[in-house]
Amino acid sequence: MEPFVVLLPLFGAMLAMPVGRAFGYRAAELLTTGLMLLAAIYSWVLFFDVALGGNARTITLFEWIGSGDFKADWAVRLDTLSAVMLVVVNSVSFLVHTYSMGYMKEYGEQSRFFAYLSLFTFAMLTLVTADNFLQLFFGWEGVGLASYLLIGFWFKKKSANDAAIKAFVVNRVGDFGFALGIMAVFYVFGSIEFDPVFEAIRNNAVVDPFGAVAAAPIQELRITFLGNDWHALTVIAVLLFIGAMGKSAQFLLHTWLPDAMEGPTPVSALIHAATMVTAGVFLVCRCSVMYEYAPNAAALVTVVGAVTAFFAATVGLLQDDIKKVVAYSTCSQLGYMFFAAGVGAYGAAMFHLFTHAFFKALLFLGSGAVIIAMHHEQDIKKMGGVKDILPLTHILMVIGTIAITGVGIPTVYLFGAPLGTAGFVSKDLVIEGAYAAAEGGRAFAMFAFVMGLLAAVMTAFYSWRLIFLTFWGKSRAPEEVRKHPHGVPDTMMAPLLPLALGALIAGMVFYGDFVGKNKEEFWNGSLYFSDAHHGEEKTADDHAAADDHGTSAHADDAHAEEADHGGGHHDIPKWVFWSPFIAMVFGTSAAALHYLRGDPLRPGLLRPGGMIYAFLKNKWYFDEIYDYIIVKPALRIGRFLWIDGDGKTIDAVGPDGIAATVAANAKRIVKLQSGYLYHYAFAMLIGIAVFVTFILVRAGG
Amino acid sequence: MTESFASQPWLTMMTFAPLVGALFIMAARVVAKKDNDGAIVGAALEQLDRSAKIIALAFTVGTFAISLGVYALFDPSNGGFQLVEQYAWIGGGVSYKMGVDGISILFVLLTTFIMPICILASWDAIKNRVADYMIAFLVLETLMIGVFCALDLFLFYIFFEGSLIPMFLIIGVWGSKGTKAFAGFEMPSKVYAALKFFLYTLVGSLLLLIAMAWMYATAGTTDIVALQQFDFPVGAQKWLWFAFFASFAVKMPMWPVHTWLPDAHVQAPTAGSVVLAAILLKMGGYGFLRFSLPMFPDASMDFSPIVFALSIVAIIYTSLVALAQEDMKKLIAYSSVAHMGFVTMGIFTGTKQGIEGGLFQMLSHGFISGALFLCVGVVYDRMHTREIAAYGGLVHRMPLYAFLFLFFTLGNVGLPGTSGFVGEILAMTGAFKVNSWIAFFAAFGVILSAAYALRLYRQVIYGTIVNEALETIPDVDTRELGMLAVLMAFALYLGFNPGPALSVFSPSVDILMNNMGAALGSGL
Repeated sequence: MEPFVVLLPLFGAMLAMPVGRAFGYRAAELLTTGLMLLAAIYSWVLFFDVALGGNARTITLFEWIGSGDFKADWAVRLDTLSAVMLVVVNSVSFLVHTYSMGYMKEYGEQSRFFAYLSLFTFAMLTLVTADNFLQLFFGWEGVGLASYLLIGFWFKKKSANDAAIKAFVVNRVGDFGFALGIMAVFYVFGSIEFDPVFEAIRNNAVVDPFGAVAAAPIQELRITFLGNDWHALTVIAVLLFIGAMGKSAQFLLHTWLPDAMEGPTPVSALIHAATMVTAGVFLVCRCSVMYEYAPNAAALVTVVGAVTAFFAATVGLLQDDIKKVVAYSTCSQLGYMFFAAGVGAYGAAMFHLFTHAFFKALLFLGSGAVIIAMHHEQDIKKMGGVKDILPLTHILMVIGTIAITGVGIPTVYLFGAPLGTAGFVSKDLVIEGAYAAAEGGRAFAMFAFVMGLLAAVMTAFYSWRLIFLTFWGKSRAPEEVRKHPHGVPDTMMAPLLPLALGALIAGMVFYGDFVGKNKEEFWNGSLYFSDAHHGEEKTADDHAAADDHGTSAHADDAHAEEADHGGGHHDIPKWVFWSPFIAMVFGTSAAALHYLRGDPLRPGLLRPGGMIYAFLKNKWYFDEIYDYIIVKPALRIGRFLWIDGDGKTIDAVGPDGIAATVAANAKRIVKLQSGYLYHYAFAMLIGIAVFVTFILVRAGG
Repeated sequence: MTESFASQPWLTMMTFAPLVGALFIMAARVVAKKDNDGAIVGAALEQLDRSAKIIALAFTVGTFAISLGVYALFDPSNGGFQLVEQYAWIGGGVSYKMGVDGISILFVLLTTFIMPICILASWDAIKNRVADYMIAFLVLETLMIGVFCALDLFLFYIFFEGSLIPMFLIIGVWGSKGTKAFAGFEMPSKVYAALKFFLYTLVGSLLLLIAMAWMYATAGTTDIVALQQFDFPVGAQKWLWFAFFASFAVKMPMWPVHTWLPDAHVQAPTAGSVVLAAILLKMGGYGFLRFSLPMFPDASMDFSPIVFALSIVAIIYTSLVALAQEDMKKLIAYSSVAHMGFVTMGIFTGTKQGIEGGLFQMLSHGFISGALFLCVGVVYDRMHTREIAAYGGLVHRMPLYAFLFLFFTLGNVGLPGTSGFVGEILAMTGAFKVNSWIAFFAAFGVILSAAYALRLYRQVIYGTIVNEALETIPDVDTRELGMLAVLMAFALYLGFNPGPALSVFSPSVDILMNNMGAALGSGL
């Protein structure tokens, strides 16, 4: 039965086009959406069974690849980690399918679109339910394919095609690392299945890979990689993380994500916000035990995550395209998830992934409604006053914004959970987790904490800037658009409601399980928690302890409780709990001060023409630099090798040279032109004749 | 009864069945009506062409049927040679000996499977000298099957070198138009390509001949099984290894002896390209596994760094060159060289994953590159140009074609779920075991293949139609759809379930590795 939770979308993907052709696109839409609804319901059933009921299990279908010990099965692994992802992927996918029934009406080609959406969902599900690295890689590349197809969905547009190829190729750069990571796993462990690998790390089993420096317990093993002697787990963890950087658009490999906004808006919501881009975070969490014993790799995760959170937020400040604002915000939020994982706060990372899916999908889908209503305008500078046209969308977008900026009341608890929106609960936990980890001596955790706070200021600023410029103030749209906005169908609005609900309360509802007092039981071994490391656990303990004090408690009380635990726990000062809140208030106020008074389009602190403005506006010049140092040279080298390498060198001294000599000596080559090719065929027989003669002579002698 | 049934000379029947077909076509020509000059013209020619096509199709399909029978008799759990036939021949240790094992059987099947597709692909495309063309293909099939079945080195040599002749003719006679200035005068490009193909191979085959003579003089036999067990002195192994290597490296083709391939592909008719990519290239890889590794294990391991270096250069160099191509067939030809780089790399790791990956990659490349050349043929038949820039926006007129082409493009990129992935990841895994540098460089091919393949696809399929001639281009017809759909089914099936192929390779690869390990005095 369980494989159907993965296969239902595949059926939809395969049937959508034929059904669409036979019975019209509406049939294809209803079929795929119906199958997604079944899959979504089933994934919630499994969530209750597996995550809350503790019934983790793996269903193996059949062997995929088996060559010696290099074995991988097609499997559906159901543990809490995959159950959480199942719920996120299938629920958001169902809502996006529903939304698309309305959204795509304006564009046509629905059958193909729904086929791709379902194909994506299938690939994402195989990724999260893999029980080995290779199936994970299958899903990993599969979502890349679906993403390629959907970004390039409007294939007449050059920009869409460019963006699609860029997304695929940049992801391949990440996959380069991922694939080497899989090879390294096999080399070291002699297996690519999760259980034996993670088991070996947990038990510090002795392994002896061919050609290693020496047999050793895995946690200390050193191997030769690219000519140098390295700590084995660090090598593997870093290689896998390179894959994660590509898929999750982290700093240096992020350039494809903003361009990916060429795809239809529902795609941006599903793939480039809620699900696919979080696959990298999922990968790191899946391998949490590995990162725990590869502290340098974990430090790298922390740094890259923190830098991304900061970098993407700075670029988000000046974007005018409504979708690009949300895209950079996604990039930045992914950075939070990574540094949370990097500092060992895996629960917080997964929790933020979970809540982010709600509010980011909400923001994207809301933006889609705005774009439709505004006659496909995406520039927020040309909007304004949209709240009069789309009052419900306005309210929902504001809910999304208070969720992402983290509105809530610090240190106040309701039934043991912090009081606030989903983003407040999870993001604050991530930031506090970084502080706690820094106190625990975790490398770069303090850097992540500071970057996280700075990014929080900017998040509040650009998120509210989007609301103020789009919905508030006077309309700057052309009269035609203002007077006759396009209608937004109900099928587009309905999916926003559950997302908005999730954006408001998902943090509070799931706090106890994901990071609170039930977390060990909830994760049930699918995430690594150790006594030696105190990432989010610490703050989580604080909060959980607060529960004992009734519906409302203060961090001070929690600390009193904390002190009883003794051991290596460090106190988290009260200001740390307030810091994300203050950052949010600061950013929000700045946005309000600028955009709610006077002309919202007047220059602010960063004046056009200034260096910092240009730097941010051009997204730190990454595209230009990459084009200059990688793309153009690759094409130039290719042409050079072809013309000068193959043509002027190899051919000139090789066959052409020989042939020319032959031609010079024997003018008879002219005969080739008259079609006497059989002569040349005949020449082949001479060699054979020579050999036969040789044999006969020898046999006779 | 089964005993005697199985002991029939099945391999010989399968190998020479196409040749019988060729004889039938010759007979048809003899009986065809001729005019006063002895030429066949008009209705008689049409009649002859038609019968030639039907005979060719019937015999290739029949051969495929026999090969399925052979496969049914084959025991995949046994890694040794099976269905062995041996007859006295020249004498003096040279006999006619045939047999198949896990390494060769699937390439036999690949050959017999691809050939009917080649005949179908030529159905309407070939207009002149159809009977000769069909004869050339049937003869070629016999020689190719013979290569994979021969268990005598001399017999192998005849098949191996002989296959050059029909291929040479197919390119030189039925190749595309155009001329090239060369060696002081204008010659048809197809002749230039055929000549280049010939010269490269000739050098390799001369060395092979000398090596063969030396081996025969030393071991007193050309029986492959006996030669595999014969301990050639380590010093001599080196020279022999190089001689064999020269021949097989040209066939693969490996960098830097690859430049004949793009020209040959560009000039060859569609079916010629298909058979070249799908089968002929595989004879090199097969040769490495049948001769180089088992007969010269010390030299193979000693020289493996050279092979790795050449493979890596092939992967990166030709992938970059592919990025710059303006001709569809050239681009796919260069990508073939890159993909064959994974094969040589995998084979010479001497690891289980590497060898099986190399084998699987060859099989998979047979389906995928064969299909890609068919895809080019589909539009070439309609537009008579292979220039990438002449296309664009085909998806608007040819949606089904766009879908099929996308699938094979992704297979070429090595997307998991297609057969293209399995071979690459296994070969790289094997390489990683030997030295992570090799896998590291090979993995660049993974990035570059995405770049050049998607670029080709985007420029041909996506965008808007600029070339007005494309406005009325028809989508694939039933014949084309059938051919491509069958290839797609295989590439997809083996992508999700490569087990049936890997489990056939496995026992024979184990034997090969054991023998090598014994010869080298240490397990790998």
